[in-house]
Amino acid sequence: MTLAGTLYIALVLALVLGTAFPLGAWLARVFDGRARLLAPVERGIYALCGIDPDRQMGWRGYALALLALGLIHFLLLYAILRLQYWLPFNPEHIPGMPPGLAFNTAASFTTNTNWQAYTPESQISDGAQMFGLAVHMFISAAAGIAAAAALMRAFAAGRVAGLGNVYVDIVRVTLYFLLPVSVIAAALLLAGGVPMTMAGFAHVHTLAGGTQTIARGPVALQEAIKELGTNGGGFFNANSAHPFENPNAWTNLLEIWLILVTGFALPIAFGHMIGRKRDGVALFAAMAVILGVALFASYAAEAANNPILVHAGVAAAPGNMVGKEVRFGIVQSTSFNVAATATSCGAVNSFLDSYTPLGGLVSLFLMQLGEVAPGGVGSGFYGMILFTLLAVFVAGLMVGRTPEYLGKRIESHEVKLTVLAVLIQTAFILLGTGGALLTKSGLGSLAAAGPHGLTEMLYGWTSATENNGSAFAGLAANTPLLNYGLGIAMLAGRFAVMIPVLAIGGSLAAKPILPRSAGSFPTDGLLFVSLLIGVVVIMGGLQFMPADTLGPLAEHTLMQSGKLF
Amino acid sequence: MTSKADTISLFDRAILARAAQDAVRKLNPVTLARNPVIFTTEAIALLVSLDAAHAAFLGRPAAFATVIAIWLWITVLFATFAEAVAEGRGRVRADALRAARTDTVAKLVVDPAEPHIYKPTRANDLRRGDLVFVEAGDLIPSDGEIVEGIASVNESAITGESAPVIREAGGDRSAVTGGTQLVSDWLVIRVTADPGTTFLDRMIALVEGAARRKTPNEIALDILLAGLTLVFVIAIATLPMFGAYSHTHLSIAVLAALFVCLIPTTIGGLLSAIGIAGMDRLIRFNVVATSGRAVEAAGDVDALLLDKTGTITFGNRMASALYPAPGVAESTLAEAARLSSFGDDTPEGRSILALVRDRYGLDVSARPAGTVIPFTATTRVSGFDVEGVAWRKGAVDSVLALIAGPPQAGFTETIDRIARAGSTPLAVCRDRTLLGAIELKDIVKPGIRARFDALRRMGIRTVMVTGDNRITAAAIAAEAGVDDVIAEATPQDKLAYIRRTQAEGRLVAMCGDGTNDAPALAQADVGVAMQTGTQAAREAGNMVDLDSDPTKLIEIVEIGKQLLITRGALTTFSIANDISKYFAILPAIFVATYPGLQALNVMGLATPESAILSAVIFNALIIVALVPLALRGVRFRAVGAGALLRRNLLIYGLGGIVAPFVGIKAIDMILSALHLFV
Repeated sequence: MTLAGTLYIALVLALVLGTAFPLGAWLARVFDGRARLLAPVERGIYALCGIDPDRQMGWRGYALALLALGLIHFLLLYAILRLQYWLPFNPEHIPGMPPGLAFNTAASFTTNTNWQAYTPESQISDGAQMFGLAVHMFISAAAGIAAAAALMRAFAAGRVAGLGNVYVDIVRVTLYFLLPVSVIAAALLLAGGVPMTMAGFAHVHTLAGGTQTIARGPVALQEAIKELGTNGGGFFNANSAHPFENPNAWTNLLEIWLILVTGFALPIAFGHMIGRKRDGVALFAAMAVILGVALFASYAAEAANNPILVHAGVAAAPGNMVGKEVRFGIVQSTSFNVAATATSCGAVNSFLDSYTPLGGLVSLFLMQLGEVAPGGVGSGFYGMILFTLLAVFVAGLMVGRTPEYLGKRIESHEVKLTVLAVLIQTAFILLGTGGALLTKSGLGSLAAAGPHGLTEMLYGWTSATENNGSAFAGLAANTPLLNYGLGIAMLAGRFAVMIPVLAIGGSLAAKPILPRSAGSFPTDGLLFVSLLIGVVVIMGGLQFMPADTLGPLAEHTLMQSGKLF
Repeated sequence: MTSKADTISLFDRAILARAAQDAVRKLNPVTLARNPVIFTTEAIALLVSLDAAHAAFLGRPAAFATVIAIWLWITVLFATFAEAVAEGRGRVRADALRAARTDTVAKLVVDPAEPHIYKPTRANDLRRGDLVFVEAGDLIPSDGEIVEGIASVNESAITGESAPVIREAGGDRSAVTGGTQLVSDWLVIRVTADPGTTFLDRMIALVEGAARRKTPNEIALDILLAGLTLVFVIAIATLPMFGAYSHTHLSIAVLAALFVCLIPTTIGGLLSAIGIAGMDRLIRFNVVATSGRAVEAAGDVDALLLDKTGTITFGNRMASALYPAPGVAESTLAEAARLSSFGDDTPEGRSILALVRDRYGLDVSARPAGTVIPFTATTRVSGFDVEGVAWRKGAVDSVLALIAGPPQAGFTETIDRIARAGSTPLAVCRDRTLLGAIELKDIVKPGIRARFDALRRMGIRTVMVTGDNRITAAAIAAEAGVDDVIAEATPQDKLAYIRRTQAEGRLVAMCGDGTNDAPALAQADVGVAMQTGTQAAREAGNMVDLDSDPTKLIEIVEIGKQLLITRGALTTFSIANDISKYFAILPAIFVATYPGLQALNVMGLATPESAILSAVIFNALIIVALVPLALRGVRFRAVGAGALLRRNLLIYGLGGIVAPFVGIKAIDMILSALHLFV
């Protein structure tokens, strides 16, 4: 570790955390309907779609709408992918996707996962990229934020039935936040050297006299929403390691900012919405601490390098450079990957498969925690609220009152739904990994033996269930078992969490806001932040300890004794 | 009962012996299913036992599995034992109550017009609405309302207080309780309870825990614990799959050990004991709650409605100062006060004598010869005639009517000042000369202000309810330090105040005794009826205070909070324990495959077997070690939630992380010293 590396992490944190405050205030205005710059456009969209913007929807309305939206987009995307050969904007004449892969890809993009079992350059057309994938990147991100906004409203008012209007939320979030920020970011990326073209691949003659095909396309816009919407689906297989997606240090920093900023802005927006800014900052702080620790841990693990290479005298000077781009070096690579796994983004600019076991463990564990630091757009916020409810419930009794959060009583109904969400995530990750490891097909997907292979599989299921989408590159995921298995895990990880969250919102909205007194459980101080972090780690992460021990931890100890996989 | 109850030690031998038997009886899986965590533990213990037996049958080494199985059974037994001990303590009390419920022969009145003619009937056959006749020496056969007569009743069977109390028809003292005894006179009582539903019956059921239903908080906690158990079911059930891939064989005993150590057995084992003990603490305090829910609600209360008289003040006004009229010597006024109060046997009169004795050194032991002029409602003065001089004291306007001419300048101001201070002024005169005023003060109980301050720190508002006028009420309120006052209060005002407070989302507690308190008692979230109160009040409230001491409301709130805190503290402790268990067991089970994982063995436990066994033993012992805490409750301090959380999080959160590291290491060292599994 170097001073420059440490300062870089500090810079990343300062940039993200600093800008989250104004952005959070803006998002609160968007959710509240106070942002009205584009009112005519909004009205036009509502009129066109037959949306009554004043109609309040309960949690069931939200859940049904988001499910229906997911289903329609899933089917649409599935159709586009299967039929892309015959559809326009296919300059390279890429054939339609086979069913299993199309199912997996459609599930992946519907759920904001962007797990890519396909190879983008050769298996997906420009048209499918833009109208299939990029559209989903907006919609699935907006849907996640809409669910978060609904949950925020459940705390903001007492004894209400409605959580807002899901269509209005999606429209407004897209119009006032995702689109403008993406367009600005795309312009900056363009300036940084990211291509945006519909001209198809470039076929060039090299100096050596040969010919070369250079894949390119409408990259910049997709790149911006890929990061901002914590989607992570790269235009190229190499994702943000590809020089056309992420050409230099500046675009790298911009992309890290895009990945993280919404996750941190949402708790700030929450503070504004409920009129208790300090409570929003507490959630924000818990996220920031976990992220900060992870940034340094990953950097430390990679900077420490592989003892075998060090011993053999062939180690690169700055640390473990295997699988990392020379133009980024250690800290810019670890920071990007930590950002992408602390959220549901899952973009990569370096290959986790080649990370040291502990470096890989940092990313794996961040996802296993449920991606709450700061997590995917919307989903990170509501994931953190689930942990907050658990923390308040467990420790809240210790002040001698029935647990309450922000004046809303936490009772058996909320506890049941919260536990359900945690249970579903645990079940898919562990049963999926364990089950796949028992099958021949699963074992065949592994690129490495021993604990490293176990990590590959564990990482895959974790990534899918938590809707991250990053891969421990070694895993050959385009198999029927993994295409369907991971596809189902993605759908469950998205909707079997989002729906209980909305149900919690519905139940909490109907409750009165109890007045605050000296006897109320304090949820805005350092004490609560520490408690919350403890609960996230103990109740969100520890159940994966046995699996992680057999994976990355075992590999680490073997590496220390000179064995590699 | 009080004396008996208070002396039950935590380690009463008879209770423990009985509890040990009950603990075994409670292993019955049908009843244990109520407790998901311990039920699961029992199932696992059975599984490991079968596995060990199977191995032994096949002649394979079974020692380790057997030892693990034994400790898992011990874990279950400790959990059932905790519940049995808590119940046992209640049972001692129940037996004492049952002694009062001997089946007496009641005197059933056949014709209400002839109450002295009765038909002997078994008390158990009495129905609601029956009339019974009770004479001195009889046990009152059932709960009832007096329709005729006045008598003194010994209620010690219920309250533990042996001094008899007066019960009479009409008014707020008309309720009698079955099992109490008439000491004098006779009564005609209308029975208000069917057999098996009397106050005594309900109390016995509550004390024994037979009527115990899970409270809302317990249900929510149960769901959380069951959910956590399921999470670990998944984590451990998938472990053999990971093990198979890693070429690590994991025996049933090892998996069972890890599983049981991770699921929250500590809180699962103690949860019901905590609930029973909470009720028990209340009963030891001579308060009977009709449900556990009421006890929990007491912890959640945001506002206390307290009657001024008897709760905040002593109830009787007492002379506190003398104010001579201009031109009158203070000693003259003191002498006048002394003489005019001879023969005044009211508490006020006695307090005047005490004042002049203590402050002016006058002799009040003997009354000089003279005529006592008693107080009457029409004259509103009392006094003493001696040697032709009339010494009078009384209501200011009545005394002013006696004197010649207007009062001296400045006297009226004095009277106003006394009234503004919330006190009552009395005027004193000699013949037709005004001598001055006596201030009768409503004395606020010492220490009550500090208690209200403590309540405020806990976030609880105190509201004083009084029939006094606003000025008087405001003065007392300021002195006592209450947050709000309902002056000139009618029962309707109380009810309205409660409704208004509840509409703001606050929980309200109050106590009351009269029939007209019943609606407010029923409306309040915690309504404590006085045992001396009417049947209507006792049925409207959800708690009955057997000592009829309204001040207890404050302690009831503390007991409620203590119950919730104990539950939260042990839950936090139990969950925090998990970290150490991973460090004990995970390296132990994988070290054969990956020797490098020995690095995770931070406790330096001797062998894999001793490590696993130490964790299991710690997990079992911690249950029984925490039984006293569960029964006694976490110590409660009247501080704000922030301070309370910091303290408890430090002790039970951080302590919960650290304690098992120490405990497991210690057990491992003992196992090593004994050369077991090393």
